[in-house]
Amino acid sequence: MVTKTNSSLKECTPIIEVSELDFAYGSTQALFNVSMDIYEKQVTAFIGPSGCGKSTFLRCFNRMNDLIEVAHTKGGNIKINGVDINKPDVDVIELRKHVGMVFQKSNPFPKSIYDNIAYGLRIQGIKKKEILDQVVEECLRSAALWDEVKDRLQESALGMSGGQQQRLCIARALAVKPRILLMDEPCSALDPVATAKVEELIHELKKNYTIVIVTHNMQQAARVSDRTAFFYLGKLIEYDATDTIFMNPNNEQTEAYVSGRFG
Amino acid sequence: MQRYFHEELEQIRSKLIRMSEKAREVGQLALEGFVECDLKKAERALVMDDEIDALEVEIDRDAVRYITLRGPVSSDVRLILVAIKASHDIERVGDEAHSIAKRTSSILRREGKVFQPVAIAEMGEIAFSMLGDAITAFIEGDLELARSIVHRDSEVNRLNRENYKTLSSELDGDLDNELGEASTQIKIIFISKSIERIADHAKNLAEEVIYLQTGDYYNS
Ligand SMILES: Nc1ncnc2c1ncn2[C@@H]1O[C@H](COP(=O)(O)OP(=O)(O)OP(=O)(O)O)[C@@H](O)[C@H]1O
Ligand SMILES: [Mg+2]
Repeated sequence: MVTKTNSSLKECTPIIEVSELDFAYGSTQALFNVSMDIYEKQVTAFIGPSGCGKSTFLRCFNRMNDLIEVAHTKGGNIKINGVDINKPDVDVIELRKHVGMVFQKSNPFPKSIYDNIAYGLRIQGIKKKEILDQVVEECLRSAALWDEVKDRLQESALGMSGGQQQRLCIARALAVKPRILLMDEPCSALDPVATAKVEELIHELKKNYTIVIVTHNMQQAARVSDRTAFFYLGKLIEYDATDTIFMNPNNEQTEAYVSGRFG
Repeated sequence: MQRYFHEELEQIRSKLIRMSEKAREVGQLALEGFVECDLKKAERALVMDDEIDALEVEIDRDAVRYITLRGPVSSDVRLILVAIKASHDIERVGDEAHSIAKRTSSILRREGKVFQPVAIAEMGEIAFSMLGDAITAFIEGDLELARSIVHRDSEVNRLNRENYKTLSSELDGDLDNELGEASTQIKIIFISKSIERIADHAKNLAEEVIYLQTGDYYNS
């Protein structure tokens, strides 16, 4: 029987193009010759055992690894919208505006809910209250949080539940209008209900954003993503439609990993 | 909370409904072909079960995909299991309809009409009302209706046995006759058997609806 691949995979444009990337921390290489295209307005999931390089790879897309002294690209390149992001003339601040990030542990600023979202805009010099009000509401709505917090916008973000904090961080990332959203295990600290809400949100957001998500939860990768990439020991082992990776992968290691027989 | 992928379960459900409506349509057409000695109806029924077969494959594939990617639990798992089993029953209804149509058209082409000495029409009526009710019970989640279907099967079985007795004794009497007539009797025995099988599948469908609703198998 022929397995039909997910129809949503037709007609898509690559927004991130990675070519033969080698990446190292000091003398320890963490990524080996990774090449892959990530497509616009799709959800791409990275899976693989701990230490295989998922977070390292994700951080390459907005050069978060620049903050780690020993980290460096040894070879290959990453293009976003056709531009090599490691070129010396690339403005990293600008890059990170386009490529937002949400982390495993929600990390709201110790400020009000409102200010958490307005912060990024104020840095950009936007001070008009009407504009800030509007963007705050828009972002909270996009993050499916508005109804829960609209009456307590001036309260501290630290008083929110874990799931709300995580969605606030997503709202904050959306405020600067990124095109790509990177999420590193965004639900690992959340309960099933909050996880479901974030997954619904991801499903909603992919209409407008390209999302790359790292997750240790196979079911989550299967549920939320259009494509899945399996990494092992710094190498990209298999990358395909999520249907294929979970229903009929080509590689034995992938099959072993997704079916829990790995190691 | 309704999740976005629950929509996919709805699609499986509606494919199953479409498939069963189609099977009922083909079956009824084949039966009418026989009862009304209508060669055109029989021949139309002959070409209609491809779509049913295609839907069965689709439902199986959707079911495997849903189990693999969505991690269903509780009644969602039952719906998937029922979709797989029911689509198989429905596919068999389509097959039986096909063979009724094939035998009917072969009799009609040779003899122009079928003498209807036996209770085919009556059996067919019960079998297709069971099938129709099973579909309604599935669509509406009507447990009482589903339960009411199960025991109706025995009447169809009885009529089939009666048909067999009558037709096979006629066969004995016809032994000296030409082979053509005997083969018509045998074909009608098979047609009767096909209708009896359709009622069996309708009964299975009813039991599957009961399982879907209650999580328990029906034991009569
Ligand atoms: N800041 C760092 N300094 C040195 N080595 C690092 C650093 N961060 C990661 N590494 C190494 O790079 C490799 C890949 O790590 P990475 O964090 O990317 O893996 P991961 O797939 O995200 O794992 P996990 O699933 O546990 O988050 C590991 O061998 C790790 O020890
Ligand atoms: Mg990591």
